[in-house]
Amino acid sequence: MSELKLSNAQIAWRAAQDIEDGAYVNLGIGFPEMVAQYTVDGRTPVFHTENGLLGFGPAPEPGSEDWDLINAGKKAVTLKPGASFFHHADSFGMVRGGHLDVAILGALQVAQNGDLANWRVGNKGVPAVGGAMDLVHGAKRVAVLTDHVTKKGDPKLVDACTFPLTGVGCVTRVYTSLAVVDIVDGHFVLREKLAGMSMDDLQAVTGAPLHTEGDVADLVVPEL
Amino acid sequence: MDKRLPGLNEAVSGIKDGATVMIGGFGGSGNPIELIHALIDAGPKDLTVINNNAGNGKIGIAAMIDAGMVKKMICSFPKSSDPRAFTDRYMAGEIELELVPQGTLAERIRAGGTGIPAFYTPASYGTELAEGKPTAEFDGKHYVQERWLKADFALIKAELADHFGNLTYRMAARNFSPLMAAAAATTIVQATKVVEPGGIDPEQVHTPGIFVDHVVEVADPQQEEALIRAGVEYERA
Repeated sequence: MSELKLSNAQIAWRAAQDIEDGAYVNLGIGFPEMVAQYTVDGRTPVFHTENGLLGFGPAPEPGSEDWDLINAGKKAVTLKPGASFFHHADSFGMVRGGHLDVAILGALQVAQNGDLANWRVGNKGVPAVGGAMDLVHGAKRVAVLTDHVTKKGDPKLVDACTFPLTGVGCVTRVYTSLAVVDIVDGHFVLREKLAGMSMDDLQAVTGAPLHTEGDVADLVVPEL
Repeated sequence: MDKRLPGLNEAVSGIKDGATVMIGGFGGSGNPIELIHALIDAGPKDLTVINNNAGNGKIGIAAMIDAGMVKKMICSFPKSSDPRAFTDRYMAGEIELELVPQGTLAERIRAGGTGIPAFYTPASYGTELAEGKPTAEFDGKHYVQERWLKADFALIKAELADHFGNLTYRMAARNFSPLMAAAAATTIVQATKVVEPGGIDPEQVHTPGIFVDHVVEVADPQQEEALIRAGVEYERA
């Protein structure tokens, strides 16, 4: 494992460790979908997708796709035993109604008060929101997977979001390439960090104060 | 009672200029391609179209936009693997967009079909999509007021239909269709198979026939995703 930063696969692996057996889980399109690959042995989470399906499995073999059986990213999926179909209003009722255990999303920025920006960089081009603004409300845990900094090196964990907001005060935990950070009462609380990284180095790439409550554990993940 | 019509052209002939049309489907899943193409042939203009997306490739809703039939899209995600049709018109200022969070879109349509003029949702609170909308606090949390959404017509793809308009849907093709069937003044259905009343087990009906006006059988319907992957382009007959 590199001491510098985790790969996306390793961030997804870490997030998967917190998904309990039997949890109902929505994974955002793209990077968060990787979490399903690292489901802990012996646990059976049920994956929800906004277009109206609980209990889907991995993509089928190329050539055997059924385009009536897709996920919210419009990718072909398969059915697991115990799956169910429902209409869109029921699907988002499951989200807002507090029935999901965890929703995992990507982020452009997360603020220390739990605000999330992940749908739009500016006001150019065609805006498209999909289900992002709904998914951040209602799940018992709303977790974010992200690199700790942007490609330019700017912090993605910030004092206040500068990009257009997806939701206010909605994020509960952030899994980054360097750390696991909870949002508690309007501030970042550091739970885990890479062992090779000092508190000062981590704080230097974080846009708001990192608080601690007791010990900070080492963030340990396998080679993937 | 028999809601069957002999063909697609008869089914869409009542859709006139300026109508608001809900179109079922999420991406290609549940997209009533044959009804949409019949509507392109009929050619009404200045339509407001409600769908989760805003067309893909050169078929279906994208072909409606290319044909200059669509004045406004109400949708959550006007992007796709090939969003050229909508993007070009939007960037040229030739098509309006009402962008609605996906769950709010579904709930607004449900509200339209079930007699609920407005409701409150947490989605979009504090964001630019809530600007200008009333908000309220309930039990310490903030919510945005959203209005119902209705339409003059809904175009729906079903798996089975009977003569009374009872419907079933295939897998995830259900998505918005049961909501739209209820929210439109006139609901037009293409079904892969049309059966006699009693041909669908009442326990298996997804949309009761009270929400359906017209049924046309389209055996072996096309699939938007497959057509796009094949590079198919629809041109008015």
